[in-house]
Amino acid sequence: MTQVRLTVNGKPVADDVPARLSLADFLRERRNLTGTHLGCEHGVCGACTVLVDGEPARACLMLAVACEGRDVRTIEGLENDKIVAALRQAFKEHHGLQCGFCTPAMLITARDLISRKRAGSDGEIRKGLSGNICRCTGYTNIVTAVGHAAKAVASGGGE
Amino acid sequence: MKAGAFDYVRPQSVAEAIELRSQSGRDSQFMAGGQSLVAMMNLRVAQPELVIDIGRLPELRAVSETADEVSLGSCVTHAAVEDGQVPDPSRGLMAKVAAGLAYRAIRTRGTLGGSLALSDPAAEWPTVLSALDAKVVLRGPKGERIVPCAEFTTGTYETKLAPDEILGSIRIPKLSAAARSGYLKFCRKSGEFASSMAVVVLDPQRGAARAVLGAANGAPLLLGRTSEALLAGRANAESLTGAIAADLDAAAAARRFDEFQRDLHAIIALRAALQVLA
Repeated sequence: MTQVRLTVNGKPVADDVPARLSLADFLRERRNLTGTHLGCEHGVCGACTVLVDGEPARACLMLAVACEGRDVRTIEGLENDKIVAALRQAFKEHHGLQCGFCTPAMLITARDLISRKRAGSDGEIRKGLSGNICRCTGYTNIVTAVGHAAKAVASGGGE
Repeated sequence: MKAGAFDYVRPQSVAEAIELRSQSGRDSQFMAGGQSLVAMMNLRVAQPELVIDIGRLPELRAVSETADEVSLGSCVTHAAVEDGQVPDPSRGLMAKVAAGLAYRAIRTRGTLGGSLALSDPAAEWPTVLSALDAKVVLRGPKGERIVPCAEFTTGTYETKLAPDEILGSIRIPKLSAAARSGYLKFCRKSGEFASSMAVVVLDPQRGAARAVLGAANGAPLLLGRTSEALLAGRANAESLTGAIAADLDAAAAARRFDEFQRDLHAIIALRAALQVLA
């Protein structure tokens, strides 16, 4: 066991963790933040995407013990985020989800695309979301929703 | 799956990291960004007893520049290259490559040095840095040595890195203003590992031309005749097609390309080479 201290959704956290514990399992099982989902556990499905120091990262490919001093933000910590609010509204209006398993990470990935201005066209959005797998929707409604959210943000509906 | 049990240590310097690796007497692995290693550990393909986390060492994130070359620490991330946060010796080629490498959430943590040290045949940097005629600086208990990228990767997941050495930095010559480059990667889905990849760099001012094929059943494959044809200056689609075919024929026995791979490599190499002539 090694002690790790980090910030999760703005709050300082300290815990003793085994080296093999992934950041995703740390969030889910030690912090009860179950919005971070685990699909493939080898970096392909994207369902565990969280923000580490403000940048998207695969929580299944990070060791909790290696997150000493990091600032981690999960979907639960983005409740008051303006871009995520615009995305939630757009996903609701355009039916951008069915079962919802991929949705938290879709929102985090789409938020990053919008904040880096990489959501200007359907093609750009599709490429940007290609690391997040959805097995329900066929992606069309997700891409439409992200496009609408990007426009809403650009016109002052977001940050 | 989840990784098996292992010990974890985060050394404070490269010297300490090298000492840990050579002195521990256990099966250990350096971890830079962990984007391949942790995936392999989760799949239990890799089961090190000790993980030595070098990802945050400032020495391995250092960046410097002279008139002729750029030196990038091995733990510079793909995203830093994509975003232009580090000097670019390649006039845009490296940023273009980085932007198409896996996915953003991988690029923010994965590193140039990690990609080289693993040397997956389908990975971008071994092929691209070989085409750019870059060199790696390897640091070990007895000091450092410099190896050209074209020689560093020796096969599938095989490199010249000794067990007690660490990949310190990558030195990349600056392309001249007139240099041109071509890059094409073929994969079924964006962000996947390549089925074929070709990088062509033509820099007549420096007398350099290198066409290199990746995902070629082994180390990056230098297409020698194709490179010569480009440097000779009279290349066109027809002569390049012939040169690429001759290069692939010469490598066919060693690389065991099937019919699909050979056709795919031929067309990807041609299209990358034509970008240089465009």
